[in-house]
Amino acid sequence: MLRQDTKLNPKLFSPNVEQIPIRKGFGEGLLATGEADERVVGLCADLTESTQMHLFAKKFPNRFVEIGVAEQNLVTVASGMAAMGKIPFVSSYAMFSPGRNWEQIRTTIAYNNRPVKIAGSHAGVSVGPDGGTHQAIEDIALMRVLPRMVVLSPCDAIEAKKATLAATKIDHPTYIRLAREKTPVMTTADTPFEIGKAAVFFAPEKGKADVGMTVTGALTHKALQAARWLSEEGLRVKVLNFATIKPLDEKALVELAREAGAIVTVEEHQIAGGFGSAVAECLAARMPVPIEFIGVRDLFGQSGTPDELLEHYGMGVGHIKDAVRRVMKRKT
Amino acid sequence: MALHEDKIKELEIKANLIRQTIIEALVEAGSGHTAGPLDMADIFTYLYFYGLKHNPKKPDWPERDRLVLSNGHICPVLYATMAHAGYFSVDEYKKTLRKFGTKFQGHPHRDFLPALETSSGPLGSGLSQAVGMALADRIDYGKSGDRFFYALLSDGEHDCGNTWEAVLLAGKEKLGHLIAIVDRNNIQIDGFTEDIMPLEPFAKKYEAFNWHVQEIDGHSFSAIDEAVNRAKAVFDQPSVIIARTIPGKGVKEFERDYHWHGKPPSKEEGAMALAELRTLGGKIKSEHQ
Ligand SMILES: Cc1ncc(C[n+]2csc(CCOP(=O)(O)OP(=O)(O)O)c2C)c(N)n1
Ligand SMILES: [Mg+2]
Repeated sequence: MLRQDTKLNPKLFSPNVEQIPIRKGFGEGLLATGEADERVVGLCADLTESTQMHLFAKKFPNRFVEIGVAEQNLVTVASGMAAMGKIPFVSSYAMFSPGRNWEQIRTTIAYNNRPVKIAGSHAGVSVGPDGGTHQAIEDIALMRVLPRMVVLSPCDAIEAKKATLAATKIDHPTYIRLAREKTPVMTTADTPFEIGKAAVFFAPEKGKADVGMTVTGALTHKALQAARWLSEEGLRVKVLNFATIKPLDEKALVELAREAGAIVTVEEHQIAGGFGSAVAECLAARMPVPIEFIGVRDLFGQSGTPDELLEHYGMGVGHIKDAVRRVMKRKT
Repeated sequence: MALHEDKIKELEIKANLIRQTIIEALVEAGSGHTAGPLDMADIFTYLYFYGLKHNPKKPDWPERDRLVLSNGHICPVLYATMAHAGYFSVDEYKKTLRKFGTKFQGHPHRDFLPALETSSGPLGSGLSQAVGMALADRIDYGKSGDRFFYALLSDGEHDCGNTWEAVLLAGKEKLGHLIAIVDRNNIQIDGFTEDIMPLEPFAKKYEAFNWHVQEIDGHSFSAIDEAVNRAKAVFDQPSVIIARTIPGKGVKEFERDYHWHGKPPSKEEGAMALAELRTLGGKIKSEHQ
């Protein structure tokens, strides 16, 4: 059942649950953090409305810079502004930032240790009809491999707003992964949020879990649906939502693996190098248990509706349930 | 030799048909880009129905000219023109653009449509690829090669450093077989180019990089033809044709408005646009009236 103390949206499983694009939470968060801290500046590469930076740009025209279609310039200019004491937020599509400008991020932001906040919108295949060129399914890997980089991957618009506010408060370079499509609102203003902490969203009514799910981003909703079905079939499932991918909440992860003895990881990203890989790296060293991975298997995206693509690439509710059954068979 | 009047008429009718196909496909798709495809319809029509050396029945003919579309988001015009030229079915294109499993991906992908010279969508990478093709051609044939390398670019992607890296290299290498055609429609996503990232004096920038530069009306077939012929005749410099176009060209309600960069017409807007195109803006009676 949904965990009470996490204060999730009680309508989460309702067919008419409210749906808001995750990127909207970023836009609102940026406006709020800009109001609270005047060091915050915004930079965008010709996608101001699409990445929801327009709210900030309208309110603070003097603290906003339109860079044009130039993502390498976007992050390097931000690094320079950070060197002068600003807290720059840069936004584009994840495919172009950090997709196109990775080395510039590595050297001028991470290597230099500048607190630039990189918002990558339109991540995942759920971008839909624009097709594979625009569907970033490598960005978690690109960012989590960089020393010092904090990687946030909110599951809904409310969490995205909290992540944006929290990013201002830490001194680290930070990546915030956002999605284009409307996403069911799972959390509430009262759901706890802390960078580096995973949260239990779903847990067995009583007793130890038979299987643990570690999830991140918008697919959390599908994972929760799978968990509910499986628990109706009598399986005891625990679901941990990781709004922070790096630093990974190893304590919560190891505890879950110890309790459940089997893990399914879920993300809208390549399996190689992504969130599931981070989970596997930790558990292989500290609490080896069988793991099944939900994600894209070494393929590029393509055009289609978000649901068609999630099904096609093996990230539907049915796939998650199957992965749970597979991992249960491997449990010793 | 100047383009014959009859040929110009024929191309104008074809371009009009291609604009109609673009509208129909976008309405059916329910997403996609309108302004750029409509404004580049004349240039694509000229190339595929007159200027380009190609064979729709043999897309991999080695002797063909190469056309690299850099600003992949205007692919509705590329697909529509190639369909009318005989590469594939117009009907299939109109019905499946941007849908799951389609040849006609939201941005061009060679996996799905091998007749394409390249995949694109992320801006600023097309000119470099055309430069690479022209360099390879020169290694094989020296200056006697008779294939031309057309790079179709947008003005917005001149914000990208990568574009200028290619401009610099092509100038250095004096790539006479390279012809860049820029859709100078003055818009990008966030607004007008001169507000977002001014490019003027645009022609002078290319001149300073040692290119042969022509500025033309991108909706005049005789101007397009003259410019392409002149570009082909220049052997010791790469050529750029800056084609001044009207975004959304052909449908009054869409023209010059950057909001049409990345949205499709609704059903009603599509019907209105088709009526306007079929009657040439009210000049002739439509057969449907
Ligand atoms: C590298 C990259 N960054 C951002 C984008 C998103 N984008 C798509 S089109 C576009 C506007 C570019 O202006 P232009 O190509 O002149 O647009 P048009 O005239 O066709 O409206 C942008 C920023 C992209 N496709 N590629
Ligand atoms: Mg333009």
